Amino acid sequence: MSRRLLVLIPYLWLTALFLVPFIIVLKISLSDYAISIPPYTPQLDIAGGWAAVKDFFTALDLENYWFLTEDDLYWKAYLSSLQIAALSTLFTLIVAFPIAYGMANAPDHWRPTLLMLVILPFWTSFLIRIYAWIGILSNDGFLNQLLQWIGLTSEPLTILNTNVAVYIGIVYAYLPFMVLPIYSTLEKLDGSLLEAAQDLGCSRTSAFWLVTVRLAKPGIIAGCFLVFIPALGEFVIPSLLGGSDTLMIGKVLWEEFFSNRDWPVASAVAIILLILLIVPIVLFQRNEQAQREADQ
Amino acid sequence: MVNDTAFAPWDDPQAKPLIRFDGVTKTFGNFTAIDDIDLTIYPKEFFALLGPSGCGKTTLMRMLAGFEETTKGTITIDGQNMAGVPANKRAVNMMFQSYALFPHLSVADNLAFGLKRSDMPKSEIQGRVDEMLRLVQLQKFAKRKPHQLSGGQKQRVALARALAKAPKLLLLDEPLGALDKKLRQETQFELMDIQEKTGTTFVIVTHDQEEAMTVASRIAVMDNGKIIQVDTPDRIYEVPNSVYVADFIGDVNTIEGTVSAISGENAELTWGDDTPALRATTSADLTVGNSAAFVIRPEKVAISTTEPDRHNRVQGAVEDIAYLGNLSTYFVRLPNGTLIKAQTANDRRLSQRSITWEDPVWLSWSDTAGIVLRG
Ligand SMILES: Nc1ncnc2c1ncn2[C@@H]1O[C@H](COP(=O)(O)OP(=O)(O)OP(=O)(O)O)[C@@H](O)[C@H]1O
Ligand SMILES: [Mg+2]
Repeated sequence: MSRRLLVLIPYLWLTALFLVPFIIVLKISLSDYAISIPPYTPQLDIAGGWAAVKDFFTALDLENYWFLTEDDLYWKAYLSSLQIAALSTLFTLIVAFPIAYGMANAPDHWRPTLLMLVILPFWTSFLIRIYAWIGILSNDGFLNQLLQWIGLTSEPLTILNTNVAVYIGIVYAYLPFMVLPIYSTLEKLDGSLLEAAQDLGCSRTSAFWLVTVRLAKPGIIAGCFLVFIPALGEFVIPSLLGGSDTLMIGKVLWEEFFSNRDWPVASAVAIILLILLIVPIVLFQRNEQAQREADQ
Repeated sequence: MVNDTAFAPWDDPQAKPLIRFDGVTKTFGNFTAIDDIDLTIYPKEFFALLGPSGCGKTTLMRMLAGFEETTKGTITIDGQNMAGVPANKRAVNMMFQSYALFPHLSVADNLAFGLKRSDMPKSEIQGRVDEMLRLVQLQKFAKRKPHQLSGGQKQRVALARALAKAPKLLLLDEPLGALDKKLRQETQFELMDIQEKTGTTFVIVTHDQEEAMTVASRIAVMDNGKIIQVDTPDRIYEVPNSVYVADFIGDVNTIEGTVSAISGENAELTWGDDTPALRATTSADLTVGNSAAFVIRPEKVAISTTEPDRHNRVQGAVEDIAYLGNLSTYFVRLPNGTLIKAQTANDRRLSQRSITWEDPVWLSWSDTAGIVLRG
């Protein structure tokens, strides 16, 4: 009995924190825009009795979803978000793997410190850290000053307010989410496996690919999902670092909600984003499950 | 065993060794793991490395496999200096002490791993894998992952994987440690069989001296990074070159004394004040007056209740009897306090034996049963 109660706790939280908001958003996405507070109709009027409830349900429709297909802004934003999220996941992986590899091969007494350094940025607010990049990337920012001082460029490079800045921001912000899972798989790697591979005829390079990278695969996959999923809906980084032509669905969503105050359309955008995310989330769960089974 | 007498390339000055260590030293920081070793191992040998934990056996193997560079000296395999030759370019395979099976690959894929990296045609790999699975009796487990195997099964996969490429030299680092006694003996004979069939040279590390005696053509006894003696199992047992080796291999009685007479192979050792001098053989370079040690195996010491007609005899009292089933060991205390072990075969029933605790007994041995070593 008490075990059942225990299992109930996560489900209660899930209901409160996911299911209820989801149903509210879903409901709004099926409503119509209205100049009122809140800015949509119909509103559920339980006092009106059965007829009112019936009216309420008949007033719901898929109009907003049709609207999303009519204006190419939306699907372009989805595509562009997918592209930005995928590319920045790849870049994050390229940056993170050597870091994780270096950490896993560092002397034992160094590892806690290195781990600490990876987590350290979380001690500062996310918003402040992204703002700080404005100071680094702007035309008279640190990066341009440095480049000009070394003599690599004579003119300042325009990085801020371009997609490049968005990529830099995402790679920077999500790097720990990639480093940590890869590190945890590499740390477990038994060095004698590499020697066995070499003993059986692999060169150092092929032993690295066939053993190190292969055995780090669950960590790499986990890291990629942990970066890709939040990056897809990312809104702060493209708003602060991106330019007017940076198209990301998170930004569109924000504008729909707060600039246009069109909650129903904004909710429809959010629901589609959620559906897009379900695929990678399910794949991620599968990967975790497989990893747990392999660990037993 | 028949060809053991014939197979002795180490006695043949014409024989070309497969492996040569010339003054090989290996240091880790300021710790010397291998200390100036000279060693030759001949093709088709089954060479055993024996020694206490931490004496450098694994390090020696790792230098052969190509995982450690020598600090000083050279290692030659088949006439080629191995300095700078990486592990994957050596016709050597190693079975790791920790097995090092690839956790993401099935048993069959583990066995195929090395073959896929060789010039064996793809069509033959499966056949070779099946052959190896049969050899170690793991056909039923081909599809399992290493974590689904028992310790002994893992060990056999590791062995099969190292054998799969039919290397010129196979290094086995405690290959049978995780097996129970019966399976271990079976595998020992299997190993010898494989060795005979394939003609591969085996170098095996073991903690188990019985195992070394069973499988090896020669044994090297190591201590602290040095090789103390390299010899055939019977010579290691019968004519150890030092008290250390005598003590390390099997059971031994040691008596310290002074050389009182020496002529050729025969030596006399005085010890204690009122005990007669002991007669024994020696091959050590000793002169009269040297302090030396007399060593004798317990099974060469005869025990009797009446005074025997032999030169080497001492009297004492039985302090303890260890009954081992087929054998009994008597611990006899001499009047001067020395404890001597005598072992006899129990060819009679326990109740019929005449010697028991506290009995005064005579211990005796022939003039050639014991040997005198440098003390
Ligand atoms: N990479 C290393 N760095 C420092 N010391 C090492 C290293 N490898 C081995 N040693 C030391 O060298 C010595 C010999 O080690 P080795 O592994 O060869 O022993 P072993 O004879 O195989 O022992 P065991 O029977 O326990 O396996 C040990 O004292 C060990 O601590
Ligand atoms: Mg060892």
